[in-house]
Amino acid sequence: MDGILLSIRDLRTYFYTEDGIVKAVDGVSFDLRRGETLGIVGESGSGKSVANLSIMRLIPEPPGRIVSGEIIFDGEDLLALTPREMRRIRGKRISMVFQDPMTSLNPFMRISRQLMELTQLHLGHTKRQAYAHAIEMLERVGIPDARMRVDSYPHAFSGGMRQRVMIAMALACEPELLIADEPTTALDVTIQAQILELIKRLKRETGMSVILITHDLGVVAGMADRIIVMYAGKIFEIAPTAKLFATPANPYTKGLLRSVPDPARDAGRELYQIPGLPPDVARLPPGCPFAPRCALAQERCRREFPPFVQIAPDHHSLCHFATEVYAESVREKEAKGASDLNPL
Amino acid sequence: MFRFIIRRLVITVPLVLVVISLTWGLIRLAPGNFYSSEKALPPAIEKNIREKYGLDKPWYVQYGRMIGNVLRGDFGLSLRYQGQSVNQILAQTLPVSATLGLLAYGLALVVGVAAGTLAAVKQNSRLDYISMALAMLGISVPNFVLGPILVLIFSLNLYWLPPSRWGGFPSWNLVLPVLTLSAVYMAYIARLTRAGMLEVLRSDYIRTARAKGLSERAVIFRHAMRGGLLPVVSFTGPALAFLISGTVVVERIFALPGLGNYFINASLNRDEPLIIGIVAFTSILIMLLNLAVDIAYGLIDPRIRY
Ligand SMILES: Nc1ncnc2c1ncn2[C@@H]1O[C@H](COP(=O)(O)OP(=O)(O)O)[C@@H](O)[C@H]1O
Ligand SMILES: [Mg+2]
Repeated sequence: MDGILLSIRDLRTYFYTEDGIVKAVDGVSFDLRRGETLGIVGESGSGKSVANLSIMRLIPEPPGRIVSGEIIFDGEDLLALTPREMRRIRGKRISMVFQDPMTSLNPFMRISRQLMELTQLHLGHTKRQAYAHAIEMLERVGIPDARMRVDSYPHAFSGGMRQRVMIAMALACEPELLIADEPTTALDVTIQAQILELIKRLKRETGMSVILITHDLGVVAGMADRIIVMYAGKIFEIAPTAKLFATPANPYTKGLLRSVPDPARDAGRELYQIPGLPPDVARLPPGCPFAPRCALAQERCRREFPPFVQIAPDHHSLCHFATEVYAESVREKEAKGASDLNPL
Repeated sequence: MFRFIIRRLVITVPLVLVVISLTWGLIRLAPGNFYSSEKALPPAIEKNIREKYGLDKPWYVQYGRMIGNVLRGDFGLSLRYQGQSVNQILAQTLPVSATLGLLAYGLALVVGVAAGTLAAVKQNSRLDYISMALAMLGISVPNFVLGPILVLIFSLNLYWLPPSRWGGFPSWNLVLPVLTLSAVYMAYIARLTRAGMLEVLRSDYIRTARAKGLSERAVIFRHAMRGGLLPVVSFTGPALAFLISGTVVVERIFALPGLGNYFINASLNRDEPLIIGIVAFTSILIMLLNLAVDIAYGLIDPRIRY
């Protein structure tokens, strides 16, 4: 359980486009412990995918480039590896599950072959071993009749089943880190819960670390040990899950929390939405990127970039008023706790 | 799949009959006939000839006889090549045209796919720009211009290659005609391949393949090629049809004794059985080739079910 598996320091990944430099990830740092599940949340466009594709060194280049930073994985800086060394890590020690299972599998290749090529490449399996292993993996991710269906093409599978296949592929070589990039966003609600349950179970069985990316705080609530909130390519808040939900120290996090549907609170009410749109990261104003949408924003917020304030050793927030927002959250929590104790 | 093939084969029969009926009608509408040249024949001789070839019968009798011949697969005697049956002429000329066509299309596939794939993988490189510029040139220069230019350079100036005539297979005589016929397909296939590969290389499943740690070579050849080449496969159907008309021009330029050259002669001579024979044969061929292409498409893309 102990020990840091992945340590990211000041990662900056930019895209050089005709509209200017898109600073998709701009100075992101965090650690991931062995066996930990880390949730990364944020509205779409906040840089979650780019941050994680950077870890895999799968940023399309051009237009993209990892401009600076360190990605230390098990003591090795991935950014310093040769392409060949990096390929030995991809799919073997770090795997990724992508958002859209309908397009992420090769439609022209049998499922068996798509699974087999992984263990043949990384584990030196013979065809026979790889085939047996493919069936075993499909059974493990809950595909019924795996033996009969292993030779089908992806189009014969539903979206949920394809995502199970993607997970089987990701786990085929028992990676130390699984990055799941919105693995349930494209799926029906009932299927979503099943896939999350599956990831949870497999994580328990293998003890791997997981980075779970989502734009929906509801998804990570029951999964993640810690949560990172991203906005405009930056980390806005980082805290253990319980703390982030109970006492957020950032107005953006509070906005996200309010937009999670809660049947008890919102019965009959329209769901809250943070006003305005995420900013264009090619043209950020000098101050806080969230200021134009923030109810608490002061003159200073528009002028000066906010500090990364430490609330507790494991809790940080990027905000000029982090301590105030935190204090307010604590007050709200105590009021709520009191009313919970005292239902009158 | 089997039923699909049967259905397509059955449909071929009426289609071919329509094609040859139209051809027959057009021959009849055109002025002139096979036996008269500039000078008018004495009426008695003309009457004899018309009786001998059944031209004195009403048109529907003549049409019925022609269709009967076609259905039996025997197109009768050529009117102009004395003593030779149309079937014999087909058997002599087909190998020439087929050699030319297959070599040209094979060359176009190999060079076009290689150039298109390289251009896509090294998008916006100098290699990409050069091959696409050449492809543009290949598409815009018609074969009846390209052929004489090649002859001028490689035969008349450099004396490297023979300028014309059939030398069997293999022979140096084939080089210029095959290149001339191939150029436009090569160019087109290179562009189709590049576009198809660029699209596939951007797709999610290629990102998945890279995330697996596969080498770039495995990503391109194992994962990207199939999808990237689908446009080339669908192009092959119409391409083969145009290839056949292309051979007509190229055989003419290089004086090759192929189907196309005979077809032109037959048309100029109003050699009706030979025209009908060649038209019927090539239309069946085109339909079969298209069927083969559709089957191949289905084999490559497992999502397609007939
Ligand atoms: N290939 C690319 N070219 C240009 N911009 C890109 C590219 N990929 C991502 N971006 C930009 O980077 C930013 C972050 O994107 P992303 O990480 O995908 O967001 P998300 O948090 O939704 O996963 C967005 O502004 C997006 O437009
Ligand atoms: Mg994303």
